[in-house]
Amino acid sequence: MMLDFSVKMKTESISLFYDKTEALKKISLAIPAHQITAIIGPSGCGKSSFLRLFNRMNDLIWKARVTGQVYLDAVPLYDPKIDVVELRKRVGMVFQKPNPFPMSIFENIAFGPRVHGCHDKAKLDEIVERCCLRAALWDEVKDKLRDSAFALSGGQQQRLCIARVLAVDPEVILLDEPCSALDPASTMRIEELMQQLKSQYTIIIVTHNMQQAGRASDYTAFMLMGDLIEFSSTKEVFTSPKDKRTEDYITGRWG
Amino acid sequence: MRRASGTENQKKREGRLAGKTVVENSFFGIHPLLASPKKFSKENLIRWIITATGWITVIILTLIMLLLFTEGLPIFSTTNPFSFIFTTDWYPVSDPPVFGILSFIVGSLMVTLTALVIAVPIGVAASAFLAEIATPTLREIIKPIIELLAGLPSIVLGFIGFLLLAPVVQNAFHLSTGLNGLTAGIMLAFICLPTIVSISEDSLSAVPKEYKEAAYALGATKWQTIRRVLIPAARSGIMASVMLGVGRAIGETMVVLMVAGGRLALPNFITDPLSAMTGRIAIEINNAVFGGLQYQALFAMGIVLFLMTLAVNIIADLVLEKQRRRYA
Amino acid sequence: MKRRTRNATQSLAFFLLTICCLLIVVPVIAIIVYVATQGGGTISWQFLSEFPKNQAREGGIFPALLGSFYLMIGVVLFALPIGLLAAIYLHEYAKQNPLTRLINLSIVNLAGVPSIVFGLFGLSFFVLLLKMGSSLLAASLTLSCLVLPVVVTASREALAAVPNSYREGSLALGATKWQTIRKVVLPQAWPGILTGLVLAVSRAAGETAPLLVIGAAFSPILPNSPLSQFNAIPYHLYVVATQIPKMPKQIQWGIILVLLTMVVLFNLTAIILRIQLRARKRRWGL
Repeated sequence: MMLDFSVKMKTESISLFYDKTEALKKISLAIPAHQITAIIGPSGCGKSSFLRLFNRMNDLIWKARVTGQVYLDAVPLYDPKIDVVELRKRVGMVFQKPNPFPMSIFENIAFGPRVHGCHDKAKLDEIVERCCLRAALWDEVKDKLRDSAFALSGGQQQRLCIARVLAVDPEVILLDEPCSALDPASTMRIEELMQQLKSQYTIIIVTHNMQQAGRASDYTAFMLMGDLIEFSSTKEVFTSPKDKRTEDYITGRWG
Repeated sequence: MRRASGTENQKKREGRLAGKTVVENSFFGIHPLLASPKKFSKENLIRWIITATGWITVIILTLIMLLLFTEGLPIFSTTNPFSFIFTTDWYPVSDPPVFGILSFIVGSLMVTLTALVIAVPIGVAASAFLAEIATPTLREIIKPIIELLAGLPSIVLGFIGFLLLAPVVQNAFHLSTGLNGLTAGIMLAFICLPTIVSISEDSLSAVPKEYKEAAYALGATKWQTIRRVLIPAARSGIMASVMLGVGRAIGETMVVLMVAGGRLALPNFITDPLSAMTGRIAIEINNAVFGGLQYQALFAMGIVLFLMTLAVNIIADLVLEKQRRRYA
Repeated sequence: MKRRTRNATQSLAFFLLTICCLLIVVPVIAIIVYVATQGGGTISWQFLSEFPKNQAREGGIFPALLGSFYLMIGVVLFALPIGLLAAIYLHEYAKQNPLTRLINLSIVNLAGVPSIVFGLFGLSFFVLLLKMGSSLLAASLTLSCLVLPVVVTASREALAAVPNSYREGSLALGATKWQTIRKVVLPQAWPGILTGLVLAVSRAAGETAPLLVIGAAFSPILPNSPLSQFNAIPYHLYVVATQIPKMPKQIQWGIILVLLTMVVLFNLTAIILRIQLRARKRRWGL
């Protein structure tokens, strides 16, 4: 079926190999701009590896090999001329386990702007405040910006990581199972936050939690063993899936 | 190009504010993602420097070999390699000089062997104690002490052997001098003990817990488990620790220089005063004329020493690698 | 009955293992205590700060102390940056291939090269080929080569202990690899790197054989440039103990005590650094 949206990122028959095993099999997928796209599937289906193709984090695994292409706007990301650093600035990422740096809350958020050359104290203050506000963290941390980030709760740490990504002003935010290490209340806050952010950012979230995908996303892609099985609006995937395997998975018959 | 990317970002932001979706923006010629900004060349320079430095150990090792060979090999134009290694006459300053280093090779091997006879049982036993019996607190106390022993300058141990141990050995065995191979061997045991203990303990601790549990489940006592399961399972690591201990003992200079007695003849018993290769080099190198025959002969002895330790270390590394792979 | 023999065997075995451990630990403590009591009386401000007199039979050890200090500085200056960069290459940049295996093998083997061979290398390369003479510079460079494996190995372990999630977090923010290493990885790895450096300096401070070969000078002259002749504590001790007749014993013990104190202090520093590191790790819940 035809999906009617403007495309922010897309993959074209992208495959990922570890050594000789094919972890992802020629996946083509278009990511709508300013929407939340969820990628679901059983664990080990390759959804996290797939997500990492969008900001080329797989480059860090030296045995990994990629064929096919990913586009941001119309720019091919696996072009040898691509500046990976510039790419990662524009496509931010939040990880499964909150990974604040062992620095103060302020330093964590200021890290990105600093490495990109902003050293103006007033400007950094402004960025930190703005990003904390946007990440719904400001009220909780405004009095303890100089405290260690490790003093925060897990949910706060994850919102700090989101604030940290916002501080480099990306266009796309990749979330790799951001709530899997969090309690339900923190999970709800992150989901609310995603809704607030989607007007300004394109969001791709990998999750193994189907309720989360159903609640929080606009589009859903279902993956199985390195294959993209189905992609459609979340409503359609969850109410009238085209593929039997999707239906089985969603109705909880396995997985 | 940087400025171009700036304006572009701005444009995009304006686009967002206007509620438009931004799809394509490559009207500016080179897209900012495709540009190669300045910091990248700095990044490459750093990568280049780091990579070059990464090879420094290979470079030093190569240089060591190269210089040993260029300085030492010329001796074989005047002394045949066979008689250099297998004869015992060492008259470096006679005319013509005679160079046979067998006494020193035997001396090195004798003190090393003595050190091993003492250090291996004690070292392995101590490592088993540390790995399996000692409480964590006790381990926290003992391990730094053993590390301290590893850090003791060998000249201090040489001095202790020279002043304190030598008289004891002399009286105990009714010898004419306490400065002999046995005293040196005992002191060398202390040199190689830290190596043996720490590496053996590492490999004992690396044995998978399941082995131990299986042995206990079969009703074995703790001691039976250590003796029949843990030590056999860790034997390659223990072997490697012994090899590395051999390397330490054979290469040690100050202890044998101060304690072994320094006699040039071939030793018959371990209680004879003797010379080891390291001590001989240390004593004579300053009297040798640079580039002269004695200088060449001492470097050639350095080659022998170097090759011996190289062989020992490579074997130890291979054994350790094997164990690592087995329990990885 | 059978159980009783089994338990008796175990008790006997454990007793023997304990004895073996004591056989290592007790002599170390005994040596330190003995040296402290024998040399304690000699140590005074004069002993540390005065020049030797009457072929070192009287007076102090200042030139040797200063020489050792300069050597240690030299080792820090050469071995730290080079060893650290080499470790960064091995842990952060190098791929797992035969070439990297070669580098690892070279580290292991360099660590096993006898110190006297390092001396021969230093003599032929730095002293003669590069014409540095029997100088502080030549000795520092030789000792740096000698302790380089210690610095590389410790630094690499310290880098390996930094969780990968920090690197990913930084790279995902668009930091370059070097920015990531400098701003995120190194600050975390510093205590471990310092521990290795301290142990390396300690080792260099006690090495005697390379100095014998390179040719330290038993002279009361203070070094005034990197190319000056120099004396050092272990060399001073060697000459005093073996070459000077009618040498007062307490001077010898005094010098040993100085050397031993340096080594113990370095080791204590390393232990404290390690404890701090462990405490910090616990705080982070790693």
